[in-house]
Amino acid sequence: MITQPFLGRRWFPNVWDIVAFALLVAIMVSIAMGARDAAAPLEALRSPPVTTDPAHLPYYALRTTLRMLAAMAASLAFTMAFGALCIRSRKLAMVLEPAVDILQSVPVLGFLTFTITFFLGLFPGQIIGAEFAAVFAIFTSQAWNMALSFLQSARNTPRDLEEAAASLQLSAWQKFWRLTVPFAMPGLVWNMMMSMSGGWFFIVASEALTVGDQHIILPGVGSYLARAVDEGNLHAVGYATLTMIVVILIYDQVLFRPLTAWADKFRMTGDGGDAAEAPGAWLLDFFRRTRVLRAIVAPAGGLLRQLGQLRLDGGPGRRRRIMPQLPPGIARMLDLLWMVVVVVGALWASWLIISFIRVTLAPADFVEAIRLGCFTFLRVMAVVILASIFWTPIGVWIGMRPWVAVRAQPIVQFAAAFPANLLFPVVVAGIVAFHGNPNIWLTVLMALGAQWYILFNVIAGASAIPGDLREAGRSLSLRGALRWRTLILPGILPYYVTGALTAAGGAWNASIVAEIAQWGSVKLVAAGLGSYIAQASEAGDLPRVVLGVTVMSLFVLALNRVLWLPLRGWIERRFRL
Amino acid sequence: MSRDTAWPQQERTGRPTLLEVRHVKRDFAKASGEALAVLDGVNFEVRQGEIIGLLGRSGSGKSTLLRIAAGLLPPTSGEVLFHGQPVDGPPRGVSMVFQSFALFPWLTVQENVELGLEALGVDTPERRRRALQAIDLIGLDGFENAYPRELSGGMRQRVGFARALVMHPDLLLMDEPFSALDVLTAETLRTDLVDLWMEDRLPVGAVLIVTHNIEEAVLLCDRILIFSSNPGRVAAQVRITLPHPRNRQDPRFRKVVDDVYARMTRRSPAQLEGEGEGGASPLALQPVSTNIMAGMLEAVAGEPWNGRADLPDLARDHQLEADEMVQLGEALQLLGFADMKDGDLHLTDAGMAFAGMETDARKDLFAQQLIEHVPLVRMIHQELEQRADHRVPAAKFRAELEDAMSENYAEQTLNTAVSWGRYAELFSYDEQAEFFSLDDPE
Repeated sequence: MITQPFLGRRWFPNVWDIVAFALLVAIMVSIAMGARDAAAPLEALRSPPVTTDPAHLPYYALRTTLRMLAAMAASLAFTMAFGALCIRSRKLAMVLEPAVDILQSVPVLGFLTFTITFFLGLFPGQIIGAEFAAVFAIFTSQAWNMALSFLQSARNTPRDLEEAAASLQLSAWQKFWRLTVPFAMPGLVWNMMMSMSGGWFFIVASEALTVGDQHIILPGVGSYLARAVDEGNLHAVGYATLTMIVVILIYDQVLFRPLTAWADKFRMTGDGGDAAEAPGAWLLDFFRRTRVLRAIVAPAGGLLRQLGQLRLDGGPGRRRRIMPQLPPGIARMLDLLWMVVVVVGALWASWLIISFIRVTLAPADFVEAIRLGCFTFLRVMAVVILASIFWTPIGVWIGMRPWVAVRAQPIVQFAAAFPANLLFPVVVAGIVAFHGNPNIWLTVLMALGAQWYILFNVIAGASAIPGDLREAGRSLSLRGALRWRTLILPGILPYYVTGALTAAGGAWNASIVAEIAQWGSVKLVAAGLGSYIAQASEAGDLPRVVLGVTVMSLFVLALNRVLWLPLRGWIERRFRL
Repeated sequence: MSRDTAWPQQERTGRPTLLEVRHVKRDFAKASGEALAVLDGVNFEVRQGEIIGLLGRSGSGKSTLLRIAAGLLPPTSGEVLFHGQPVDGPPRGVSMVFQSFALFPWLTVQENVELGLEALGVDTPERRRRALQAIDLIGLDGFENAYPRELSGGMRQRVGFARALVMHPDLLLMDEPFSALDVLTAETLRTDLVDLWMEDRLPVGAVLIVTHNIEEAVLLCDRILIFSSNPGRVAAQVRITLPHPRNRQDPRFRKVVDDVYARMTRRSPAQLEGEGEGGASPLALQPVSTNIMAGMLEAVAGEPWNGRADLPDLARDHQLEADEMVQLGEALQLLGFADMKDGDLHLTDAGMAFAGMETDARKDLFAQQLIEHVPLVRMIHQELEQRADHRVPAAKFRAELEDAMSENYAEQTLNTAVSWGRYAELFSYDEQAEFFSLDDPE
């Protein structure tokens, strides 16, 4: 099943959540303040023009793909560093973990404004700044769930293997590469795949952007699409869609099939569970059978192995000591001290936020943002409810028929990975042509991407209903409503909640690009927090962007903590097999 | 580094001491933050050339003790010396074999065996040579490139042994190494090991093995340390002088087994009182299913036992491990259905009566015995009778239990009380709301 966003069981916000939230907003504010000062002298970027000539598309696709790869590499590096730090230091983990947990439910599209101004400021007048900003945007959409899944695996490393590693006197570095990373690998690869799926959406959104008077255009499928939208060119939209389909298929075949098949080696025996469909990986098979390819790659692999074998702690004589149990008094004192440091930091951060906001914003702005947030909230809920009503029966139908499910699952997975914003223009053109009410019909855009998570999870849930229960149901002649109430709903609910939660998160994020749309010269705007943020970004109004993003984050976090997580906890307790 | 002399072991006293465990105590934090001792005042030593068994019930802290000896856990107080040096981390010269094998599933057999040498920085050819030697010794040739998942349980544990032996340890620690294996496989592996040890081919100075299988301990060990529970401590020491290879059918062997059984089931006067320094909490209940109790009562009441049975024989007949047998016997004893004495189980009048009854009568008798002998159930029942709405939250009793024992034991005790009470139809329990009630399920 889909594990994005990655969620812990804890739902009640504790002091660390609040601290982490304050620190994150403060970071946002300080970037915005720096950006405001630096904004004026930035010279205009000499962006190469993007044309809608389909002949250029392969090149654009390549650029897009490379950005994606760079972001994935950055996410992996972040994941490892985050995991290693949090394992090493409980005190750091106390702050870092809630911070990342919050970051994964925050609408990353809203951050684009800051990051772009920040990176443009780092490389004034150079296109590389915009490239960094785009890669960073993708990074922020995929790193968090990878990092949390990695940490979770690292914490769940079987105790006996931990003890074996200690008893065999592996150093911390050796243990990390020999035990922690391999054990986390299957989950990590799965989360990488889900992250990548989400990433296509952001790459399309981040290649063509307007921040204040800066128009940033990076050659890629996303900017090609933006150009097509400007021209009102439906053919070009079609070409872009086609290109994306090919790119995603190639990614799947060349990168993820081999990667999942390879990661299977790291699965602990006995927990094959839901990974029943091991996709055939022709590339990996080919590689494993080809001596020449192996010979080419072997030295690199050998070097990596050697790296993992280093002790990095000054030799086996200096083995790790087990910590004697600290007297409880001293341990508590140290914890207290750390608490004080963090709380002072948070207070300082809050002061920074308040002083920044006070200059330009009046209380009325808050009320406005919250009011618009409620509109967007209604849209998100409508998306989730309508998509559930539509897709649940279909998902159950598919999931109960294993031979259909096996064929349907890759297609649905593909649909989830496909960046829905590529299809926006088609829908928008329709709304323009039929003069639909944007407040209602733009909601459809938010559903385009989000719905697949629901379908995907319902299929997974329905196919996970044990065969003997199904047979028992048939032998008791359960039919109609009774069958749904006693067999199907309990079976799919745990999966469904995950899907609905993910769908809701996706819809919030999409609102930033969906509540405001353009086709040729026509501009459609729906009242909502998403369009508020989008318009503030375009106007370069940083305080309002900060406000909008903060309010939206609070909405998402509150919903997760108040609605989804308790619901999921309850369902898991009630319906676990 | 191998042993310098062979059997018999009479000559072994006066040999150099490898491991000394002195006044070791280990606490775990209870829910309330108070410390709960799992081990207290443990003293013993391991000499060169000995095989020592740590025998005890689950929860007696013997595995914890092994981990303290291995330098994986620090003691709360007291100390462990290896070669006279304090142990403050996994010492060089100590290897461990795990109950769950603890093999790295992503490494081949050979890579698993080499891992410890790799950590020491032994160069590749030497590593390979020594690993192949160990693999050869333990009978794994031909499996070098297999992954653990491709092997059967017995072969996996052989990898576990090879991984420990390749280090040529002075002290080999084994944590119930055969208990995850089926009976035949375990026996084969044990025999192979004893043979290697006797032929002096094991590159090992001494062995410390944790087990809950009495026959296994008697089969392998020169000395058995019997642990009592709550907190764990050495309650008795049994020296075994039978020559190897030992024969299970040998009357002298059977006598030692009986003797160990008797010592394991012997209760100190303090425990009979239900309290005393460090004694088991009178509230703690062992999770024994009512089905198994009923089955055992029927079996002992019938032929050929007629109400009195030898514990080792009973355990063998019903394929129970010694600690399961003892646990079951204690539960029956607690409920007043049976008594355990000198390694025998004999039924009380209530136990005999129970065996002859129909289901409903059994439930009534069980309820009666519960209320009479199990204070926790009596408390729950009284509380329910007294309250107007006949509902009591489980939290009330859990809090009380957690004052007396660790969180896990409290949970286990409560669950046992629930399942016994349900069987006796004394009360019902809503797992969602965590409420006891008197409502009938109808």
